[in-house]
Amino acid sequence: MKLLNRFVVLVLASTTLTLSVGALADMRISTASNPAWKAECGSCHLAYPPSLLPADAWRAVMAGLDKHFGADASVDAKTAAEIGAFLEKHAGASRGKTAKPILRITETAWFKHEHDEVGAAVWRNPKVKTPVNCAACHRGAEQGNFDEHDIRLPK
Amino acid sequence: MRKARYLPAIAFISIVLLPGLALAENASDFLKQYEAAALQAPSFKGFSPQRGESFFRATHGRDWSCASCHTQNPTAAGKHAKTDKQIAPLAPTANAERFTRPDKVEKWFKRNCNDVLGRACNAQEKGDVLAYLISLKK
Repeated sequence: MKLLNRFVVLVLASTTLTLSVGALADMRISTASNPAWKAECGSCHLAYPPSLLPADAWRAVMAGLDKHFGADASVDAKTAAEIGAFLEKHAGASRGKTAKPILRITETAWFKHEHDEVGAAVWRNPKVKTPVNCAACHRGAEQGNFDEHDIRLPK
Repeated sequence: MRKARYLPAIAFISIVLLPGLALAENASDFLKQYEAAALQAPSFKGFSPQRGESFFRATHGRDWSCASCHTQNPTAAGKHAKTDKQIAPLAPTANAERFTRPDKVEKWFKRNCNDVLGRACNAQEKGDVLAYLISLKK
């Protein structure tokens, strides 16, 4: 009996451990930081964590900063080199090859999947306004915290 | 003997800190630089806060004006027109960090004039807008 009890406890413990490690791996977003990245990429929008796009996408983003989603976001060559190296070092894994890398984080399959439960009314809320506004719901986004337990939808 | 103890500190201040202070600028230093550049045009007749205000509020053949993000009141915080990200006040009276670093000032004039006008701003335009910003009281 005792042996069986121990066995059950062991199985339960290892299942819990596997589940939580799995969940962590699933939503782990790099908290790597760099002052130039934080200052430059964070002045018009949240400095999006490098792990949200693969390296080839970041390279394309950095190559087109003068026409950055409708705005001129150009930086000097030295700063661009530093930020580019940081982004590539901490970039996310490539998820399947597309002919052209997807540059908008909101258009990646990963983003769509993670947000498929979010209703249209939330996106339409003027306090959210646009899906690029991570911090509207992810209150710890500025600190790199995207944990789903810390999400608060604005009223 | 006592004096000698302060020598390293004095040396540090004069070699490291003072040149740094000399580099730090304020809004009127920028205005002088724009004036020197604008004087190249024989028609230049000084800067005008009123002209700067009109320029700041108007669109220039594109979607955005300066006020689209910096709002009609540059002494208050602004909001990025597209992302809603908060922008610190632009007027030097409301934000002492504004117009203190040449690299930053040039970077933002370059980007934002490109977005608002589709070209670089000239010294007359920069000077008018800065004269307007300086004229604003908190």
